This record gives sequence, structure tokens and C-alpha cells, in this order.
Amino acid sequence: MSGPAPAADASTNRWRRRIASWMSTGTLAAVVAVLSLALLWMALRLAGFDATLALGALWRGSFGNWYALTSSTLVRATPLVLTGLAVAIAFRAGVWNIGADGQLLVGAALATAVGLAWGDALGWAALPIALVAGAVGGACWAGIAAVLRTRFGVLEVISTIMLNFVALDLVGYLVRGPLQEPSHAYPQSNEIPAQMHLPFLIPGTRLHWGFALGVCAAGILWWAMRSTAAGFRVRAIGANADAARIAGRVDVARTTTRVLLLSGALAGLAGAIEVSGVTYALYENISPGYGYTAIAVALLAGLDPLGVLGTGILFGALEAGALSMQREASVPSVVVTAVEAALVLLLLAMSRRGAAARVIGRFAGARSPSPEEAL
Amino acid sequence: MRTATPLALAALGELVVERAGVINIGLEGIVLGGAFGALLGAGSNNLVLGFAAGCVAGLFIAALFGVFAVSMRSDQIITGTAINLLVLGLTGALYRGLYGATGAALTIPTTGSVPLPLLVRIPVLGPTFFDQPPPTYLVYLVAPVLWWWLYRTHAGLAIRAIGERLESVRVSGVNVPRWRWITLLVGGALGGVAGATLVLSQSGTFAEGMSAGRGFIAIAIVVLGRWRPIGVLVASLLFGAASALQYLFQAMGWNVPYQLFLAIPYVLTLLALAGFAGRRIEAPAALGRAG
Repeated sequence: MSGPAPAADASTNRWRRRIASWMSTGTLAAVVAVLSLALLWMALRLAGFDATLALGALWRGSFGNWYALTSSTLVRATPLVLTGLAVAIAFRAGVWNIGADGQLLVGAALATAVGLAWGDALGWAALPIALVAGAVGGACWAGIAAVLRTRFGVLEVISTIMLNFVALDLVGYLVRGPLQEPSHAYPQSNEIPAQMHLPFLIPGTRLHWGFALGVCAAGILWWAMRSTAAGFRVRAIGANADAARIAGRVDVARTTTRVLLLSGALAGLAGAIEVSGVTYALYENISPGYGYTAIAVALLAGLDPLGVLGTGILFGALEAGALSMQREASVPSVVVTAVEAALVLLLLAMSRRGAAARVIGRFAGARSPSPEEAL
Repeated sequence: MRTATPLALAALGELVVERAGVINIGLEGIVLGGAFGALLGAGSNNLVLGFAAGCVAGLFIAALFGVFAVSMRSDQIITGTAINLLVLGLTGALYRGLYGATGAALTIPTTGSVPLPLLVRIPVLGPTFFDQPPPTYLVYLVAPVLWWWLYRTHAGLAIRAIGERLESVRVSGVNVPRWRWITLLVGGALGGVAGATLVLSQSGTFAEGMSAGRGFIAIAIVVLGRWRPIGVLVASLLFGAASALQYLFQAMGWNVPYQLFLAIPYVLTLLALAGFAGRRIEAPAALGRAG
């Protein structure tokens, strides 16, 4: 931890440092990704699989051709980018939102409920209203954690995890109760009306406009974090909440609440987009743990919104490729979950030293400065 | 009590870990790893070996967490989340690799109930608490031992002090990483046995991701139990009862929204944290902080 730098010095060096930080984050992410794939190759060899065939299939199923890229990788990447952004901005402010998964579920549920109740009556407006409903649902779910944190001092780490399970039970109840399809045979909702389906971005593929929304969100957040007063407050709190409160007169409680609400809204939007762009109905297992993978997505990106776009697509590719790996080389697709974890652990190990330590250390260390570091 | 046993074991382990100021979200992975280890260990119909293997698997995963979160002082939440994903991926892949894509009909014998003589004759309580598989009795044994360790020994004092007054303790010369490692290994062993219990005393088989959030529930139990062994026992029973109700409703064919019952313990935990349910509870002050 370095001491406070003089303001003039900071402004002249800002761009140079930003570029250096980007380079180091990007390089680190690339090195870590390559290392993880090498580990996967070795592990597959040891387990007796045809590792080269498997990795080939991983490539063919993700980036190898136009259809795989658009219809699986980018479709899969969409919720990961949005939830990754949700996690990234929260972590940037030192808010440990582990609850993106629950917020996504509530967003998906509310969007479905709105669509089924008023979808026909609203006509063309149904889709935007459903998306907004999803974002509101996610924000409300995160809002519970925000109130618990600011009013009652409850650690959001614990409350958001609890809320994930409550959300899972809630959706489980909805698809077997109020929102269940009429025949009551399956735990799922009716299909939402056709005018509520997100249009396809590229004709002939399954890539929907949700991906474009994700890209826009990443761009806006990148700009907002960099160039707005609100973004500065968020970064200041993440760096040192006490300093931001005392020296910068930042209302920490209000800013963290807003960050949590925005974070929840992004995750809820991801849920609404999954419903209106991919599944067209509410299922209990609509999220295969997007909100947890999102943590890895955000970290690998160094909590940078544009970086999240990149790592979100990378993880989307991994998960899309895993399916073809299972088909062609009969390698269990869950193995990519371990690869994702290895990515994070390698990143943690490597960020202990070198220039990249700052990127992770800025938020990981900020919350828990030890005396040695402070001195 | 039967559904509460693995929860109580894992939660008691996590209790010790959290008292030393470490929050091990990786507990979910430890339980899952313990379950898988038990499956491997019990392959030759040897139940004792199964429990031992589950325990070792838990220890191993806890050690991995310790390398990052204690020795390298990485962030505990991030490390724990990564460990969960790692174990989920590895056990899933290994299971399919070793036992085929479907893994159908792979069953191993389970421990039956062992009624304790005399105690089981206590009316009402006897059959509920003393006619159970052996791991349940381990809970009865571990809870008081942990209480004694935490509150009546120098080691326990050091552990609790680390959790509350990290700086003072470090200044007074206590080896923080050493104690955190010890608590982590205790937590890992108990979490591993909890996972083994799922396989060897309950389901008799393994399924991908079969821990199904029990590690997270255990963390909730620690909170609801106010970071105290007795509280953790009571909270485990509460969570156990909530999930037992689910099976009851399904078995009776009642059309009751049992998911809402499942959510009750989580809501209770949140309320307890916020201070609605009785006295406001405080987490160990140094929870989550790098040592």
C-alpha cells in the first residue's frame, strides 16, 4: 500500500498507469488462460482421454465456426457478461455481492410473471417492460442485502448467499405453484407470448439482442467508472472506505447501497434476457450457477467492465466448447468448471507478485490492510 | 436428526474456522469432496475406510484453501468460491470418468442405525436421538469437545482472540497462520466426514453436486447458532427439520409448497443477523480478514 500521491502527480501519470494496468491485466489473463488449458490437456492425458481431440472439440464448439461462435459461445456469454459486470462493479466498491445468481433468478421470475400476466395486453411494449421488470426484480433482491448491510450491519457476503438459496426455493415454488404451466406436469412456466421474444441479432443464428445489451452495458459502465463522479466515488470506497468518507466526504452507505442496487439490476436483467432470449419460459434450473461463474469472470478481468466483456466471452466459449467436447471426445463437460476454478486460483497465485498484484491487491487488500502493509 | 447430522458436522467445523477469523466458503466443496472420497474409499464395502477417505478428502481440500487463504493471504471469499467450482468440476468429471457416463445403479452399503443401549429407551427423545447411524453420535461427541477446546483451553483462547482482535494478538506474538491452519484442518476433517455421511449413511450413492448447498447451509447454521457450539447444534436441528418436512410432504403426496418451508431457515438466519430474532448477533470482528 503506497501513501496518498500528490494530486498533480496522479493526474499526469494516470493514463500511463491505466495503460500499464490494462496491459498487465490482459497479459496476466492470457497467461493464466493458456496455463489452465495446458493443465486441462495434461489432466485429460493422465485420465486417459484423447486430449488433443478433446481440445480440438473445445475449439470447434466455441470459436471454430460461425455458427458455434454466434449461436453457442455468444449466447452463453450474454448472462456471464451481465452477471460479471454486476460482480465487477460491486467488488470495485468493496461490496461482496455473491448473490448475482439469486438476483438473476428473481429477475427471470419477475420478467416471466409480467410477461404471462400482461404480455398479450401490452403488445410491443411487453418486451421492454419485462426487461425492466427483470432489472427491478434483481435490484429489489439485492436491495434486501443493501438494507441489511446499511441498517443492520449484516455482512453482505453472508446475506447474499442466503438470498441465493431463498431465490432458488422461491423459483422452485413458482414453477410448481402460481406460474406452473396449465397441465401441471412439469416444473416450468408457460411460454411467454411471441412478441416478447428478443429478436435475433444475426439472422440464421440463435444470437439475440441481449448480447448487444450486454456490450452496451459494459461500455457504459466502463465510461461511468472512468469519467463520472459516481464512478470515482465507487472506486474511492473500494480503495479505502474510511479515507473516502473522511477526506472525500463520500456518503459510503448511500453509495454502497446504490452499487448493490445497480449490481442486482444487472444480474436481474441477465435473468430477464435469458427468459426472453433463450428459454422463453421460467425453469427451476434456468441458471447453471451463472452468478458464481460471474465471480471468476469479473476477477479474471481485473474488475474492468471492458475486460468483463472479454472474459465473459472466454468463459462462454469454454462452456459452449465443453458440450462439444463431451459429444466428440466423451470428456465430461463439468470438467470446464474445474478449469474455471483453476483460472481463478492461478490468478490469485500469480497476482501475489509482479505488476498485476496491484490490480487484485487494490480491492482484495483494501478491505483488509494488515499492519505490515499499512506501515 | 438424520438430515441434521451432516449439517451439524460441517457447521461445527466451520464454527471453529470462523472463530479464528477465517470464512471458508469452500466448505461446500469440502462436503462434496468428502462425499466423493467416501465413495472411493468405500468401494470395497469397507465403511470405515469410506469415512476415513471422506475425512482425508476434506483435509486435502481444506489444505488447498489454506495454502491460498492463509499462507498466501489471498482473499478468502474468492479462494472459497474457486475451490467450490474446482471440486464440483473435478468430482463430476472423475465420477463420470470412473463410473461411466450415467453412473446408474452404483450403490454401496450404508451404515444402519445403531441404537444405543439404555438411552434409546428414553420416551419420545430416545428413538429420535439415540437410534441413529454412527455419525450422529460423532456429533454428540464433537460438540462438547469443541466447546471445551474453544472455551477452556489456551488454544481456544488464542483462536477466539485471533477472530476478535487480530492486531493485538499478532503483536503479542501469537502465530496467527499456525492457528488458522489448525482450525482449517479441523474444519476440513469434519466437513469431509459430513460429506461421507451423505454417501455412507443416507443416499448410498454419489451424484454430481450432491452436496446441494449443504456447505452453504452449514455456514448459515454457524451464523444462526451465534458462533457457539450449542447454538450450532440447535440451528442444525432446525435446518434438518425444515428439509425433513420436504420429504414428509412429498411422501404423503400433499400438495404443500414445500419449497417455502425450505426457505424458512435462510430467512430466519437473515432475521437473526438483522437482530429481529432476539439479541443482535455479532460476527467475529476479524472475519474474512487476511492474517
